[in-house]
Amino acid sequence: MPSHEPLAASPGRTEVGVTTDRRRILCLFAHPSIDRSEANRPLFAATAAVAGVTLVDLYAEYPSGEIDVDREQARLRGHDVICFMHPLYWYSTPSIFKEWQDLVLEHGFAYGVGGTALHGKLFFNALTAGGPEQAYCAAGYNHFTIRELLCPLEQTARLCGMVFLPPFALFGARTAVDEGRIGAHVTDWVRVLEALRDYRLDLAAALPLTKLNADLDAILLEP
Amino acid sequence: MDGMLFHAFIYLAAAVLAVPIANRLGLGSVLGYLIAGILIGPTLGLVGAETEEVQHVAEFGVVMMLFLIGLELEPKLLWEMRARVLGLGGLQVLITAVLIAAAALLLGYHWGLGLAIGLIFAMSSTAIVLQTLGEKGLTRTDGGQASFAVLLFQDLSLIPVLALIPLLAAPGLSGLWAAGPGGSGAGAAHGAISLVVGLPGWGYALVVLGAVALVVLAGHYLSRPLFRYIAESGLREVFTASALLLVIGIALLMTLVDLSPALGTFLAGVVLANSEFRHELQSDIEPFKGLLLGLFFITVGAGIDFGILSAHLATVIALTLSVMSLKMAVLLGLARLFRLQPGDQWLFALGLAQAGEFGFVLLAFSVQNAVIPAELARMLSLVVALSMLLTPALFIAYDRLIAPALRTGSAPAPDSIDELGTVVIAGIGRFGQIVNRLLLASGVRTVVLDNRADQIDLLRKVGIKGYYGDASRPDLLHAAGISQARLFVIAIDDQDRAVKMVEHVRRTYPTVKILARAFDVRHLYLLQKAGADLVVREVFDSSLTLGVAALKALGMHPFKVERMARAFRRHEAEGLTSMYDLWDENPDIARNLVLQARIREHVGSLQDALNSDRLQLHDRTERGWTPPPRGFNRELDGDE
Repeated sequence: MPSHEPLAASPGRTEVGVTTDRRRILCLFAHPSIDRSEANRPLFAATAAVAGVTLVDLYAEYPSGEIDVDREQARLRGHDVICFMHPLYWYSTPSIFKEWQDLVLEHGFAYGVGGTALHGKLFFNALTAGGPEQAYCAAGYNHFTIRELLCPLEQTARLCGMVFLPPFALFGARTAVDEGRIGAHVTDWVRVLEALRDYRLDLAAALPLTKLNADLDAILLEP
Repeated sequence: MDGMLFHAFIYLAAAVLAVPIANRLGLGSVLGYLIAGILIGPTLGLVGAETEEVQHVAEFGVVMMLFLIGLELEPKLLWEMRARVLGLGGLQVLITAVLIAAAALLLGYHWGLGLAIGLIFAMSSTAIVLQTLGEKGLTRTDGGQASFAVLLFQDLSLIPVLALIPLLAAPGLSGLWAAGPGGSGAGAAHGAISLVVGLPGWGYALVVLGAVALVVLAGHYLSRPLFRYIAESGLREVFTASALLLVIGIALLMTLVDLSPALGTFLAGVVLANSEFRHELQSDIEPFKGLLLGLFFITVGAGIDFGILSAHLATVIALTLSVMSLKMAVLLGLARLFRLQPGDQWLFALGLAQAGEFGFVLLAFSVQNAVIPAELARMLSLVVALSMLLTPALFIAYDRLIAPALRTGSAPAPDSIDELGTVVIAGIGRFGQIVNRLLLASGVRTVVLDNRADQIDLLRKVGIKGYYGDASRPDLLHAAGISQARLFVIAIDDQDRAVKMVEHVRRTYPTVKILARAFDVRHLYLLQKAGADLVVREVFDSSLTLGVAALKALGMHPFKVERMARAFRRHEAEGLTSMYDLWDENPDIARNLVLQARIREHVGSLQDALNSDRLQLHDRTERGWTPPPRGFNRELDGDE
């Protein structure tokens, strides 16, 4: 853990460097059919409006799947928090994220000899899952918790020296609109982004959670 | 001859001087023409008695304008407007006429005289209103559409009104009854020959129906083969001549059967709205219409009789203001009744509050039929002119006072994703067709132009709608709606014309994105330099596709081939960018030695890359899938 990164407390706001008193957040977004999305589209729109967040629509930028490694590595270098935003497809990300990892997280950049570019950054997923929350446990039909299913990503983050946060998750996404849950979820999402940006998220309290949005009042400090 | 040249010079000079100034001051062209007319007529006295004759010629501008409006209006749209034309328009004419007649009755005039004046003032100025709406881009708004519906009804009602006026003569004034039934008096008033004088009522109806049917059927079946035949001759001016012939021919036919020429050409326009020659006709007629309308406005200004005006200044102004406020009140009430939006209500009421050019015609006709005394008619004609003069001011009031207040109230909703905008495509050969089909299949509205009539005809047969015309002509591009388009796609064969097209559109419509097809690298650079946003070499992709197929056929792994193709494409794009500056210094490639050296290097680097396993290009194709070096996990163990 780099020393300048306090786990919980907010640093005193300095008038000078904007980059030192704010975390720069990179949201990599992937939804292959955004027009039909009910949950990710409002999340995408809300994210675009948060100051200090870089939002990248991967399928828009690389429609043929041909990822620009240099550009993506420069983006990673320029941010403190990396977030994968996506629907959960077969207990993982949409395929473009796998291609992105295969290409961008090079030896010598992300891991291995001289591979320290990502050290100390925060990593987490903001995902929407079709199944209900109770299905994601040993007794449920998905058998594993969402954290357990994301183990490969957690290990990827760890090998790259990043801090893995629990996912910000929406369960039962197919019925979220009908049940009127989208609005509150989007509001929560913006709160989390702003708190991360302004060092108001209690990392120590958040790290062991199954999902980041279990009880936001418990991990977010008021501005 | 000298006199004609002199007058032409005066009219043109006045227009050239006054209109740009008025436009720059934000007054609009109509007010500019009117002021020019006042300057050369009553103020300087440069033109005089012939103004009235000129005005009759200039009224033909209104006829042409309605033809052009008809071209914009497909039959389906016209049918959708029927409730407004009859309801809104009918009520406007009826209520205004009755109220003015009642006012005249209260002032002690004969009811017949009052009703005639009411009908005269119920008419608005098609010329001023439509010209101004078009200039301000308000034609498509709901208020603009409602205004158009009312104007259309007024046009339609001109014929029955002309028939009615002789019946309104007050007993004391009578003695000059026009002969014949129906609207035959109208023809007499214009001093024209008429085919229907002396016909019984049913005969007249039959002739009218026949004439309308002739316009519709000939417009539908005859005009297109004729236009195609002329288009294939490639003689532009003959096409223009035939367009004029069409308009004048229909106007003549309508005059012969005592129908409004404007209405007839409007009908012909609607019939031709779906034809492939629509944009070509539009751009051919447009300049004539503009000039004639301008001339018409000048004659209105020049015709103001300052002698009478100064003698009855207070009366004329009071009359003008009360007529306009009364019309405005009626229009506003009707706008509410027909549920127009608040902003559209005001546009509608302010825009149509004036009396119109038909007023002059009807006044002259009423005097002839002894319905209105000549003395009164001269004053009323001043009221008509003055109200027309005030109209641009009302439009400015709408712009400055009402439109901004409404805008601050509620911001318009942002465009939804479905609204992708219109694309104009120049050239519908092998290249443009593919572009057009993809866009259409994706629900994008396209306007396709090609200068080969047979090609357009062939495409129409398979259900693809295109228009005949030379897309390198600015006026035709304008008629095709380039100013409202999002994108302009150039896919024509003629390389030099393509470059000129890019230059013109870039200069005139800076917000329109230009996507162009290039023949080769030289052409690509020329198009880029001219300002195209994206240029694609026409055979690059197909050649690459064939190259990819060749490598696969040789047995190379398809995904490796795919990566090679990606690398090739990237290498090519980087090369094109890096060589542009060298080319720009000296576009003559044969003499540009530095560029030649760079081209050799570019081609060489690719060759090397494809021949060797170690060089840059190959490395890049492998990048990301390269396994970490052997023994990398020992380092990781050490890290822990």
